Amino acid sequence: MNDFIAARSQMALSLGFHIIFSCIGMVMPFFMAVSHYYWLKTNNVVYKNITKAWSKGVAIFFATGAVSGTVLSFELGLLWPTFMLHAGPIFGMPFSLEGTAFFIEAIALGFFLYGWNKFNPWFHWVTGVVVGISGLVSGILVVAANGWMNSPSGFDYVDGKYINIDPVKAMFNDAWFSQALHMSIAAFVATGFAVAGVHAFMILKGKNVLFHAKAFKIAAVFGCIAAVLQPLSGDISAKDVAERQPAKLAAMEAHFHTGKSVPLIVGGIPDVKEKKVDYAIKIPGLLSFMVAGDLNAEVKGLDSIPPEDHPPVAITHYAFQIMVGIGMLLLFVAVLYFIALWKKKIWLERRWLLILFAAVTPLGFIAVEAGWTVTEVGRQPWIIQGIMRTADAVTPMPGIVYSFYIFTGVYISLAIIVVFMLYRQIKMVDKIYDIPSNSDQLKG
Amino acid sequence: MLYVVIIYLWAAILLYLLLGGADFGAGIIELFTSPKNRKRTRKVMYKAIGPVWEANHMWLIITIVILFVGFPEIYSTMSVYLHIPLVIMLMGIIARGTAFTFRHYDAVVDDMQVLYNRIFVYSSFVTPLFLGIIAGTAVSGKIDPHASTFLPAYIYSWLHWFSISVGLFTVAICGFLAAIYLIGEAENEPDRLRFIRKAKQMNVAAVLSGGLVFITAYLEKIPLIEWIFGNAAGLSAIIAATLSLVLLWYLLARGKTRVLRLLAGFQVTMILFATTVRHFPNIVMLKNNAYLSLLEHSGHEKAINMLGMALLLGSIFILPALFYLIYSFQKKDPEKLRPSAKG
Ligand code: HDD
Ligand code: HEM
Ligand code: HEM
Repeated sequence: MNDFIAARSQMALSLGFHIIFSCIGMVMPFFMAVSHYYWLKTNNVVYKNITKAWSKGVAIFFATGAVSGTVLSFELGLLWPTFMLHAGPIFGMPFSLEGTAFFIEAIALGFFLYGWNKFNPWFHWVTGVVVGISGLVSGILVVAANGWMNSPSGFDYVDGKYINIDPVKAMFNDAWFSQALHMSIAAFVATGFAVAGVHAFMILKGKNVLFHAKAFKIAAVFGCIAAVLQPLSGDISAKDVAERQPAKLAAMEAHFHTGKSVPLIVGGIPDVKEKKVDYAIKIPGLLSFMVAGDLNAEVKGLDSIPPEDHPPVAITHYAFQIMVGIGMLLLFVAVLYFIALWKKKIWLERRWLLILFAAVTPLGFIAVEAGWTVTEVGRQPWIIQGIMRTADAVTPMPGIVYSFYIFTGVYISLAIIVVFMLYRQIKMVDKIYDIPSNSDQLKG
Repeated sequence: MLYVVIIYLWAAILLYLLLGGADFGAGIIELFTSPKNRKRTRKVMYKAIGPVWEANHMWLIITIVILFVGFPEIYSTMSVYLHIPLVIMLMGIIARGTAFTFRHYDAVVDDMQVLYNRIFVYSSFVTPLFLGIIAGTAVSGKIDPHASTFLPAYIYSWLHWFSISVGLFTVAICGFLAAIYLIGEAENEPDRLRFIRKAKQMNVAAVLSGGLVFITAYLEKIPLIEWIFGNAAGLSAIIAATLSLVLLWYLLARGKTRVLRLLAGFQVTMILFATTVRHFPNIVMLKNNAYLSLLEHSGHEKAINMLGMALLLGSIFILPALFYLIYSFQKKDPEKLRPSAKG
C-alpha cells in the first residue's frame, strides 16, 4: 500500500465510521421525541422507560459521533492540505453554519440528558426535538459541502487560480439538494430498520415484550415511511448525476459504450478490459428512460470520457447494485408492514414478520456505506470534480500508511466497545425496566 | 469583518483553554489523586462537567473551522508540518471523549470501569500536553517549510524542549483551572479542603513549568522574554496576572468560590493575552523569521465576510442557550442531578 492509497483509505475509513454515528445522532432524537410524547400524554411508564433506555444508547453514540467528527475536521487538512488550501474558503460556508448547529445540538443534548425532572416536562421535550432538528440541519449542511466537491460552483477557475469566490453560491451547488434529500431519508431508513430489527429480535426471544413491542413500532413506522420515499429520491439523484457527472453514472451502470436506447444493467461482473459486463440482467431502454424520460435517449458511456478520468468501474458498479438491491428489498418489507398495519392486523402477531425485520437489521447501514462509495469512488480521480485531482491534493508527509494502520486499529476497537456496551445496555433492559412502577421511582 | 473573525478566533481559543481546559484538568486531578479518594473526586467531577462537556469541546471545532475557512494557508501549513502531534492529540481526544462517556453509560459496572478510568486519566494528560506542544511550536520559529528530509520537516519542528515545556505548562494550567472549579462543586468539607490543596499544588506546578518555559526559550534562542516584557500591554497583563495570583492565594484560604473562579479565569486570559499581543498579527513563526500572519494570510474577502456573519448570527442563538445551560446546572440540587437511570 502506498501513501496515496493509505490516505484515501484512511479518509474513507473515518468517514464510513462517522456516518454511522451521525445517522443515529440525527434520527434517534426523533424516535425519542415520539416515545417521550406518548409518555407525557398517556403517563404510560413503558414509554418513559423506552425514552430513557434509548437516550442512554444515544449518549454513547453521540460521544463517538462527536469525537469522530472532530477527527474528521482535522483529517481534511492532515490528509488533503492542498485541497483545503483552495477549497476551504469556498466550501467553508456550510461548515461555519454547521458550527452553530452543532453547538445548539450539544447544548440541547445537555439539557435533555441531564434535565429529567429538573425542568418543565414540555420544555424538556422540546430540547429533545431541538437535538434532532439541529442534527438533521448539520447533516444537510455537511452534505452540501460534499455536493460542492461533486458539482463545484461559486468561483471561477482561471490559470490555476480560484477567483470571484461566492461562498453562498458554492453552498447551493447543483448537487446539494438531491444529495441532502437522499442522505436525510437514508439516515431514517438505516436507523429505523436497525433499531426495529434489534427490538424485533428481543420480542422473538420473548424478553420484555411490552417494552420492545412499543419501541419496535415507533422505529419501524419511521423506517418504513422512509424506505418508501427512498427510491423516489434515488431517482432524482440518478438524473442529477447523469447531468453533472456522466463518468460516475457510466461507472455505476458499468455502461461502456455511448449509445441510444441504453438498457439498465442489473448485477453482473464488469470486465473493464473487454468493456463489457458478464452475467448481467439487461432491461432494454430502461437506463435511457430513467435518465431522460425517453426510451430512446442517448446516454454517455465511458468511451466518451478520456481514460485517465475514468473512476474505478467495478467498485462503483458493485456498490450501486448493493444500494439499489437493498433499497428494493427494504421497500418490499415496508409495504408488507403497512399492509399488516392497515389490512392484516393478524400478521403483526406472526413470527415471520419479526424474523424478517430482525434479518434486515444491518442492511440500511450497508446501503448507506455503499451509497457513499458510489458517490465518492465514482468521483475519482477528482477530489473537486473537473478541477483538482485527488493525487494532487494529498499531503507530502511520508508514512501515512502507519497512520492508516493506527486509525484502523482505533476505529476497530471503538466499534467493538460500542457494540459490546450496546449489548449490555439491551441485556440490562430486563433488570432496569422490568417492573415499571418500581423502576420509575428508583431511577427518577 | 476580518477583525471580527480574528476576535472570534482568539475568543474560541481562550474559551477552549478555559472550559475545555478545566474539563481536561478534571482528569489530570484524578490522575494525581490518591486511589482512596479517586472515587469521590470522580463523582464530584462527573456532576460538574457531565452536562457541559460536549459544549466545551465545540470551541475546538469552531477554532478549526475559522482557521480553514478564514485562514486556509495557516491551517494547511500547520496540518502538514504538525501532522504527528496533531494525530497524537486526536487520539487523545478520541480516547478521552469515549472513555468518559463509556464509564458512565456502561450498564454493567465491572472491571471494564478500571480500563475506562485508566484511559480517561492518561488521555486527559496527553491531550493538553500535545495541545501545548502544538501551541509552543507555532510560536517557536522551528517549522521549516524548506526542509527536504523527514526528520527536520516533520519531527524537529515540534519535538524540542521549549514546546515540551509549553505542553507541561498547559497541563498544569488545566489542572489548576479544574481544581479551582471543583472547590465550588464539592459537597462536603473534606472534599473542599482536598480541592483547595490540589489547587495550590497545581498552581505551584504551573509556576514551575512556566519558569521552565522561559529557561528553555532562552536555551533554544526564542526571544520569549523580549516578546512578553518588551511591550507595555504584555507587561501589564503579566503584572496583573501576578498580582491576582497573590490575591488568589489569600482567598483560597477563605473559599470565596465565585471570586476564585473569576480570578483563575482572569489569570489564564492575561497569560494568553501577553503571549499573543506582541506578535499579533503573526500567529505562526516559521524558520528564518518567516511567519504566517492573520492579516496577510487571510482567505478571500468574501469568505471572511460570510464567516463573520455566520459567527455573529450563531452567537445570537448560542450564547443565551449556553448561559442558560450553565446557569441551570449551577443551581445546587444534587438530588435531582442524576444523569441517568443508573445514577
Ligand atoms: C438506506 C440507504 C440507501 C438506500 C436504500 C438507497 N440509497 Fe442511494 N445513497 C445513499 C443511501 C441509500 C446515501 C448513502 O445516502 C448516498 C451517498 C451520497 C448521497 O447523497 O446519498 C446515496 C447515493 C446515491 C446516488 C449517487 C448520488 C450522487 O453521487 O450524488 C444515487 C444515484 C442513488 N443513491 C440512487 C439510489 C437509488 C436509485 C436507490 C433505489 C432504491 C437508492 N439510491 C437506495
Ligand atoms: C460520511 C459519509 C461519507 C462517506 C462514507 C465517504 C466515503 C468516502 C470514500 C469511500 C472515499 C475514498 C474514495 C477513493 O479514494 O476512492 C472518500 C474520499 C473523500 N471524501 Fe468522502 N465520504 C463521505 C462524506 C464526505 C463529506 C461530507 C466530505 C466533505 C465535506 C467528504 C470529503 C472527502 C474527501 C476530501 C475525500 C478524499 C479525496 C478523494 O478521495 O476524493 N466526504 N470519502
Ligand atoms: C455525510 C456526511 C456527514 C453527515 C451526515 C454528518 C452528520 C453529523 C451529525 C448529525 C453529527 C451530530 C451527531 C453526533 O454527534 O453523533 C455530526 C457530528 C460531527 N461531524 Fe459529521 N457528518 C458528516 C460528515 C462530516 C465531515 C466530513 C466532517 C468534518 C469535516 C464532520 C464533522 C463533524 C463534527 C466536528 C462533529 C461533532 C459535533 C459535536 O461535537 O456535536 N462530519 N455529524
